[in-house]
Amino acid sequence: MTSPAATLLKISGIEKRFGGLTALSDVSLHIQAGEIYGLIGPNGAGKTTLFNILTGLYQADGGKFLFGDIEYAGRSKPHILAKAGIARTFQNIRLFSNMTILENVMVGCHHHSHTGIWGAITRHKNARNEEQQIAHRAAELLIYVGINRAHHMLAKNLSYGEQRRLEIARALATNPKLLALDEPAAGMNATETDSLKTLLQTIRNHGVTVLLIEHDVKLVMGLCDRIAVLDYGKKIAEGVPSEVRNNPAVIAAYLGG
Amino acid sequence: MDIFLQQIINGLVQGSVYSMVALGYTMVYGILGLINFAHGEIVMIGAMVALSVIQLLTGAGFPIFFILLISLMLSMIVCMILGYSMERIAYRPLRNAPRLAPLITAIGLSIVLQTLAMMFWGREYHSFPLLFTNDSVHIAGAVITEVQIIIITVALVMMGGLLILVHRTRLGRAMRAVAENPSAAALMGVNSNSVISITFVLGSALAAIAGIMISANYGIVHYLMGALLGLKAFTAAVLGGIGNLRGAMLGGLLLGLIESLGAGYIGDLSGGFLGSHYQDVFAFFVLIAVLIFRPSGLLGERVAERA
Repeated sequence: MTSPAATLLKISGIEKRFGGLTALSDVSLHIQAGEIYGLIGPNGAGKTTLFNILTGLYQADGGKFLFGDIEYAGRSKPHILAKAGIARTFQNIRLFSNMTILENVMVGCHHHSHTGIWGAITRHKNARNEEQQIAHRAAELLIYVGINRAHHMLAKNLSYGEQRRLEIARALATNPKLLALDEPAAGMNATETDSLKTLLQTIRNHGVTVLLIEHDVKLVMGLCDRIAVLDYGKKIAEGVPSEVRNNPAVIAAYLGG
Repeated sequence: MDIFLQQIINGLVQGSVYSMVALGYTMVYGILGLINFAHGEIVMIGAMVALSVIQLLTGAGFPIFFILLISLMLSMIVCMILGYSMERIAYRPLRNAPRLAPLITAIGLSIVLQTLAMMFWGREYHSFPLLFTNDSVHIAGAVITEVQIIIITVALVMMGGLLILVHRTRLGRAMRAVAENPSAAALMGVNSNSVISITFVLGSALAAIAGIMISANYGIVHYLMGALLGLKAFTAAVLGGIGNLRGAMLGGLLLGLIESLGAGYIGDLSGGFLGSHYQDVFAFFVLIAVLIFRPSGLLGERVAERA
């Protein structure tokens, strides 16, 4: 059991270069267990790149991060990090669009279910029980994120806002310690954004730490406990929302000073 | 009428073999976007291994059922190992290479496997031993042999099993997830490499069974038998809509029917000018026609050009 103030994720000196372009240089962050941590910055600042390193889609050129008790050099495979407890959503929604909404969430349960190829072929009793449990849990998660639709509906037929919620449900199905959301409110109207805010607070209250990339400043300021600002691959500010809002470097980055 | 029925039966037998092989093409394509042209050679190796095992065991006084079971098991195991190694050694290093590279590799692999089989089993045609009595059932003037009944039954069971596996199980869900979006699947904790390996292994197991089926039906095994069979099964997969499992099954059966009906009637239709040895031409007519008129196949979705 981690105490509320324990550090969940400690990023130290992460570097990432694409050819001659430095996307991230010496980025360090501490995220406490149980907080909602915002990551903001102008377009191209390196926010999504940092997400991709944390989730194993990119390999870091330098630095490391400590998640829970395990240290990663930023070179682990995505499914390993998923097992360790980092889940994410994407800026451009990446659902399994031709699978049903229930199946989408059930894929998220993949790593904590066990039926292998043999159980699948023989349809062993344990395998069937496990399937039922997973389906049950997936159905609960759909309700949890507020999707009240027929389970056999294809993911691509959901509305845009619902697709974003489905991505969150799928990520939650992996039982994450850290939920990393890449612009979850993008393209949402004010009502949808409000209910997303409520959902994220609920998720946090249930013990999942939330790391949030978001452009909606009102949402970020109103929701996050602490915020870091990236600009040109460097962290230029970090702190509680009121500090960050009044930081001259942040104002300069955003207004092009 | 009896000729018609007979050709339908022959077509279904041939078609079930095509379907089983077509599934291997379509599963790999569905998940990797790769056409594994060496798949036909796995069918051939499956048949060859079974032949060798049967030759070794007959005369030792084992019951036929036992011999068949052992040869089936061993040939499946060899093919599964082969399919796994093929992906691991030849295709995985090229996962992010331009699409032409794995395609050429597949053709190269196919030649390598043919050559190895030639060195090991020789250039000559081997006769595949008759494992069952030549008993047959007469239906309305048409004849269906025991072997053919077994072929159709086994193929249907295998295909039904595969559909359940893919659509109703955890493993199948992971396969579909990787096929749709590999990176998202990986982030959900699915190990896409092992899912891809399993796909190759499953396809190879089906290929081994198909190889034994076709050899038992025709009674002949040859080191080049995989080439034409592979091309036709590929045609069947394209006909049904490549990447679509039901499409491969439907395409295989249809292609078998088209071929056997075509071969049965081409003589009459052309006034004796063309004979039934033009059978093979039909498959490729079908391929060309599908590519022109419905490139996405019968059950395939009309998708925008993939990047």
